[in-house]
Amino acid sequence: MALDKNQIAQVIARELKDGYYVNLGIGIPTLVANYVPEGIHVILHSENGLLGMGQFPTEETVDADLINAGKQTVTYMPGASFFDSATSFAMIRGGHVDITVLGAFEVSEKGDIASWKVPGKLIKGMGGAMDLVASAKNIIVAMQHTNKEGQSKLLKECTLPLTGVNCVKKIVSDLAVMEVTDKGFKLLERAPGVSIEDIKAATEGTLIIEGDIPEIIL
Amino acid sequence: MNKVLNNAYEAIKGIEDNMTVMFGGFGLCGIPENTIMELSKTNIKGLICISNNCGVDDFGLGFLLRNKQIKKMISSYVGENAEFERQLLNGELEVELLPQGSLAEKIRAGGAGIPAFYVPAGYGTEVGIGKESREFNGKMHLLEHALTADYAVVKAWKGDTHGNLIYKHTANNFNNMMAMAGKITIAEVEELVPAGELDPNCIHTPGIFVQRIFQGVNYEKRIEKLTLSK
Repeated sequence: MALDKNQIAQVIARELKDGYYVNLGIGIPTLVANYVPEGIHVILHSENGLLGMGQFPTEETVDADLINAGKQTVTYMPGASFFDSATSFAMIRGGHVDITVLGAFEVSEKGDIASWKVPGKLIKGMGGAMDLVASAKNIIVAMQHTNKEGQSKLLKECTLPLTGVNCVKKIVSDLAVMEVTDKGFKLLERAPGVSIEDIKAATEGTLIIEGDIPEIIL
Repeated sequence: MNKVLNNAYEAIKGIEDNMTVMFGGFGLCGIPENTIMELSKTNIKGLICISNNCGVDDFGLGFLLRNKQIKKMISSYVGENAEFERQLLNGELEVELLPQGSLAEKIRAGGAGIPAFYVPAGYGTEVGIGKESREFNGKMHLLEHALTADYAVVKAWKGDTHGNLIYKHTANNFNNMMAMAGKITIAEVEELVPAGELDPNCIHTPGIFVQRIFQGVNYEKRIEKLTLSK
């Protein structure tokens, strides 16, 4: 069985360590906050200028001056801080954020990522995605292994306009957990019931298989 | 020294066709509502606007777009706005998209007197086309030039008669740097108090960066994506 979105988030949450400052992108990455392991305290960074982001507010606590990078209303946790956008991106560019999780349209076997623009569709802009991928110490991509037509999104070369080059370290897809190495996508774990052959068939880029590949334990 | 004006009508004096104007805010959070509204009542045209976003169809910078007062936008994200897309496709509007952190730093550098700097964001992407690149510590970087503006328009929570400003929560965003980068900076605030009433330890933007200040009225503070916990 391929992992659903929540299970992908759950697998990524295993990477979190106590005291980590974490930036979560829009979509599946946001769900990672729901699976922070017991006993681990992480601080969420929102690049519009907030460290210590909390849950969504109630109708009573909603505040138009308090939003996240996706422009949704949020709350803040005890110990939170607010700051301007230059300071916020100094945290990212300066390598102070421990882990960044984001989505992607495509990832190449060299760790290039395409996530912001599809030719022919209207341009929205890259927001903070290029800054994040260029500077974060540890970038994990949460994505579907293939598109709706069944074509691989893990490629030798990205076909869409790039967000960054040679930057993705790890990918958690609905089918597998992979590390990006100098030689290609190294298969680390597979989704329960998904065979190595299934993953091979869904991966256009070079897939490295060494030894036994365990199933993901959820 | 008198920086205090009565309203947005007085504050925008001197803004002319084809000027470059910065507008603070992220999405609709922390935008200078009064000044944008006042500009939308004028015939000022051909503006080059530097702002992270371009409002929505019926609020914020969307008002200036609708009136075709904007010639060019320098932004990081311009989704959420159908009129923007229409003008862009028709060639009525130019847009320069920049990574959000590079945009913020270009503005900060402009205010701080740093003409250009290197960042890794955008290297190897279309953002890097035509820009100088250089390797530092084994990693490639792009040369980004500073941004300044004829006018910068910012919005703060509290301000005093010396132009000192305090922002609320995430409404700081681009306002703090833009205040530094305007040749003339206009600050609109929710509450204007006499100098001495704000705690000097808590000032975000020191008054030296602000030339004009007024207390705004009727803040709508529209929420773009109201999201409540279940």
